Amino acid sequence: MQTIDMASTALREVNSTLQAQKADTNQKDWEIVNPKGSHAIACGLDGPLDVIVRGSTGYYCAGMNKQANIHIIGSAGPGVAENMMSGSVVIDGDASQYAGATGNGGLLVIKGNASSRCGISMKGIDIVVHGNIGHMSAFMAQSGNLVVLGDAGDALGDSLYEARLFVRGKVKSLGADCIEKEMRPEHLKILADLLERAGADARPEEFKRYGSARKLYNFNIDNASAY
Amino acid sequence: MNNMTKGGAGIPRTVPQKSATFTDAINAEIRRAAATGIYDIRGGGAKRKVPHFDDLLFLGASMSRYPLEGYREKCETKVVLGTRFAKKPIELDIPITIAGMSFGALSGPAKEALGRGASAAGTSTTTGDGGMTEEERGHSKTLVYQYLPSRYGMNPDDLRRCDAIEIVVGQGAKPGGGGMLLGQKISDRVAEMRNLPKGIDQRSACRHPDWTGPDDLEIKIMELREITNWEKPIYIKVGGARPYFDTTLAVKAGADVVVLDGMQGGTAATQDVFIEHVGQPTLACIGPAVQALQDLDMHREVQLIVSGGIRTGADVAKALALGADAVSIGTAAMVALGDNDPHWEAEYNALGTTAGAYDDWHEGRDPAGITTQDPELMARFDPVAGGRRLSNYLKVMTLEAQTIARACGKNHVHNLEPEDLCALTVEASAMSGVPLAGTNWVPGRGGNY
Repeated sequence: MQTIDMASTALREVNSTLQAQKADTNQKDWEIVNPKGSHAIACGLDGPLDVIVRGSTGYYCAGMNKQANIHIIGSAGPGVAENMMSGSVVIDGDASQYAGATGNGGLLVIKGNASSRCGISMKGIDIVVHGNIGHMSAFMAQSGNLVVLGDAGDALGDSLYEARLFVRGKVKSLGADCIEKEMRPEHLKILADLLERAGADARPEEFKRYGSARKLYNFNIDNASAY
Repeated sequence: MNNMTKGGAGIPRTVPQKSATFTDAINAEIRRAAATGIYDIRGGGAKRKVPHFDDLLFLGASMSRYPLEGYREKCETKVVLGTRFAKKPIELDIPITIAGMSFGALSGPAKEALGRGASAAGTSTTTGDGGMTEEERGHSKTLVYQYLPSRYGMNPDDLRRCDAIEIVVGQGAKPGGGGMLLGQKISDRVAEMRNLPKGIDQRSACRHPDWTGPDDLEIKIMELREITNWEKPIYIKVGGARPYFDTTLAVKAGADVVVLDGMQGGTAATQDVFIEHVGQPTLACIGPAVQALQDLDMHREVQLIVSGGIRTGADVAKALALGADAVSIGTAAMVALGDNDPHWEAEYNALGTTAGAYDDWHEGRDPAGITTQDPELMARFDPVAGGRRLSNYLKVMTLEAQTIARACGKNHVHNLEPEDLCALTVEASAMSGVPLAGTNWVPGRGGNY
């Protein structure tokens, strides 16, 4: 285990050290201490690393992550794991707004609550939130899965494309073109896999599935009030 | 009896007079809206007449200024962009760049031609709201990668293999608006790149998904720099809304370069009402932006690229004289490739339009094969020949700008200055801050932005 102390190491050095570890690195285990809410910690990684961040992070921790497994022992600021490509990010605490925004792949696990716009414009990422999510989550979500063990705020899945949303608790309101959908066996299978990988103590049968009604995919003046 | 008399009684009658408010075009649009239930969507920039570079003139040298010899004395045109923070600023041979145009709006071969033409002329081209294609990366010596609200195709690998990053906050055709690509152009390849169902009407967001305001943007820029080892120049592109404040905030957020796009700047598709009624003319935007940079002591430290209606070397020279470091062209580049060429007049007529007026680029039926994803139409366009035309055009514009600069006694086009200009109209004088011809009067001088 390599330890980087951000009390004495500049962010640029932290990231350049981690970014230099590629697929064939033999230094796979890393620990960052004293993050002190710094922004852009461990962003742009592209190697099979296991990185533990001991403390809370600022904006864009693990941004554009590829391959690395990043574990934040604390809470995360806005845009954690934004545009993630692969790998995983696990947050023991809460996540601020835009968690997993535009993510293309990988798994984001938030063990606390996530704020507004969780999974906004997601493009293939899987997100599992053990707690609740805020308003406008999964806005314009294109693909991937958003699993919420708690409740969802206002306007869930507004202007949704093909992403799948699974919520166990209450949904305050659904956004434009988002509807409850039938939970079929293939969805239960996806859900069971995600719950297991996220270490979530819940049964797939407890969830409801939401998705796009696809009524706004092509413009129709009679749907104008939905915009 | 004639039509000026009624019943042959010799009584003069009122000549039928059409309304200046309810014109034929307006009435036709009312009828079209009533029949279809959809607003008019089109490509291009503002078509209305607004004060523009044509309303400025260069004074030239005479007794009080020495000109440079046209074919003997050097007039430099190089421009360096990204000197503020980037480890690797980009160096261009000419101060004219190619603006962002998406793969999706344009065909793959058209993007290739833009890369070929720009590279041959020693300048950069720019991706668009559809991600980076191999055609343009492979054929563009210097490629600017747009970072847009939609983030279609955004990934760290492309971010690292570009030469500069342009964060798009807005564009002149639609400040405050998002992108639009209608179903006709969402082919399999476009759908895959954007991770969207084929055939849908795709509407890109108008705000970025993970930052709000300049304070957030400052952190976002820091993240992008961290991901790319602080190598890439970072541009911020804004539409011509409030150029003084937008430029100020872009500098505050950490931009290396500000790209300012006036209302004549084109788009692939948006509502006509947006194009014609939102945003300021390019001429009105430059002065406030330059003033903002000067007030911050950042003029030339943060470079300014101006776009929106640049057509000739004279336009280039005028934009530079007003304080820009470079200009960017989109519509003009497409015309150079062959867009709206009278060669296809019969086919434009079949589409209900005429060469020079065709702007239904979103429908994907472009006879010139440029703004389409239709394989048959695309095959009409030769990217090698198109690239050559673009290169020729860029070089001609550069020569024209040099010609003017030499006539003003400048050995670099960046040495052109407002003092070299006069304005032909009161409006252009007020907007540009250049004195009205024959006077030393600038209307509105002393006012605030």
